[in-house]
Amino acid sequence: MLADFRSALIHLNLRLSAFFLIISHLSMPASVLSYNMKQSDLTSDILIIGGGPAGLSAGAVAAELGAKVIILDDNPVVGGQLIKQTHKFFGSKSHYCGVRGIDIARILETKITHPNITMMCDASAIGYYEDNVIGVVQGEKFTKLHAPKIIFATGAAENMIAFPNNDLPGVYGAGAVQTLMNVHGIRPGRRALMVGSGNIGLIVSYQMIQAGIEVVALIEAMDRIGGYNVHAAKLQRLGVPILISHTVKYATGKDFVTGAVIVKVNKKWQPIKGTEKKLKVDMICLAVGLTPLSELLYQAGCKIVYVPDLGGNVAWHDKNMQTSIPGIYVAGDASGIEEASTAMLEGRIAGAAAYQSLKGVNLQAQEIIKLSKTELDQIRQGPFGTRPRLGKEKLSALKI
Amino acid sequence: MPKKISNRITEHPILTFSKGKLVKFYFEGKEIEGYEGEPIAAALIANGVKVFRVTEKMKRARGFFCAVGKCSSCLMTVNSIPNVMVCVEPLKQGMKVERQIGRGKLI
Ligand SMILES: Cc1cc2nc3c(=O)[nH]c(=O)nc-3n(C[C@H](O)[C@H](O)[C@H](O)COP(=O)(O)OP(=O)(O)OC[C@H]3O[C@@H](n4cnc5c(N)ncnc54)[C@H](O)[C@@H]3O)c2cc1C
Repeated sequence: MLADFRSALIHLNLRLSAFFLIISHLSMPASVLSYNMKQSDLTSDILIIGGGPAGLSAGAVAAELGAKVIILDDNPVVGGQLIKQTHKFFGSKSHYCGVRGIDIARILETKITHPNITMMCDASAIGYYEDNVIGVVQGEKFTKLHAPKIIFATGAAENMIAFPNNDLPGVYGAGAVQTLMNVHGIRPGRRALMVGSGNIGLIVSYQMIQAGIEVVALIEAMDRIGGYNVHAAKLQRLGVPILISHTVKYATGKDFVTGAVIVKVNKKWQPIKGTEKKLKVDMICLAVGLTPLSELLYQAGCKIVYVPDLGGNVAWHDKNMQTSIPGIYVAGDASGIEEASTAMLEGRIAGAAAYQSLKGVNLQAQEIIKLSKTELDQIRQGPFGTRPRLGKEKLSALKI
Repeated sequence: MPKKISNRITEHPILTFSKGKLVKFYFEGKEIEGYEGEPIAAALIANGVKVFRVTEKMKRARGFFCAVGKCSSCLMTVNSIPNVMVCVEPLKQGMKVERQIGRGKLI
């Protein structure tokens, strides 16, 4: 649902900005209009949309190699998902395993101080126009940016599930809860029901407890816990009941959530009558998966394929992270839901590949690509690497 | 930190929160407090406000949802301007924030 909202909004934004561009040019001849539409306000060699681990790594590599880079992010600070993660990260040693997400964000920030990099914060890319022009909104200002190479590192949007009253204030995505709590220091509620036992559900439950919110229960529709056992065990030690084979039947409340009715489900995820339980909660937090943000890539005309193992619709890409359109790259969660370490590696590959396609073959760039690919393969051999590995293999098998 | 702002996290094992200066603003005509520069929505939730607008047709309550300026659930009227995404709009001293009923006039 969030993804739907988002794409609807992007379309509306596009229509509005196109509309304003047209009215502001009404008195001019048609040729001037198209010329002005194409002309950009700012140019660079490589334009990167998204300042999470993927985008920042891509920018750092490309700038170091010698390209002029602009990175855009719609948040006031860089780091993407990392700025909300208080826990110590899993992953490999060379990718800051054991370091808290918020601290990894600060480390990445020090890597983009290169003079070749222009970082634009509070800047939303709202549309792709022909000839690699990106429309950007920064506050009240609309700018057009252009670059021969564009890397989309937009990350992902949260999934929603359907149940009566899921539109009441008090039903939040895990990301929204994290933003309010860990960025702004505010509790969205006092007593929470968490839905989803993947790593995000487990970790955000723990973060809620750190913020002083009581987690009344964590429920999971599958008959097993989805995320790492260490995270689940931590919650269980704190007395949080983890109920597998359970889902939300409906939320109660008139103007905001005052409770939730949960129910047991069978193997086919169908509710079992008579097993309903009423919980007194003032918030329901959903951690039910992520979907890659592919709208801009779709708009650019990149071939989009539906790969459930990657989280939904993704832009087809080769092993150098190039999409079906030469010069357009994708990296990180936008290319398939995975983790921070793989996002950084994909970012490095995209940055080096984009550099080479612009400036020709370069030994250092080749070395970066080779090393990063080896590390990606190693990570995807691990137990949580299976789905992304299968997803990426499916992409490679497709003829474009 | 003033006691009456109750949803603020005052103790956290890992994080500290740096805030702007404490300012007064108005919600539905009533004077309340928040920190300059934080999203208006954050200040409202800190004060226990949950309903930000009411939908046009079904008259359903809407509040904070995506937190990142994408979903339009939090549109409110700020200083008489409708459809402001309060989850990303920074709070300023003296702002007049009102629940939006229905769509809000665009022009
Ligand atoms: C609760 C939680 C716990 C996690 N724990 C771990 C862990 O322990 N270890 C691990 O390796 N991984 C972990 N992850 C996963 C990791 O955070 C992500 O895989 C990683 O952040 C993906 O990086 P990214 O750069 O692809 O995307 P993101 O970090 O999502 O960054 C994308 C950025 O692009 C911006 N953006 C999007 N669209 C636009 C636009 N149109 N214009 C401008 N900017 C835009 C976004 O606002 C965002 O800042 C966790 C994730 C969560 C939510």
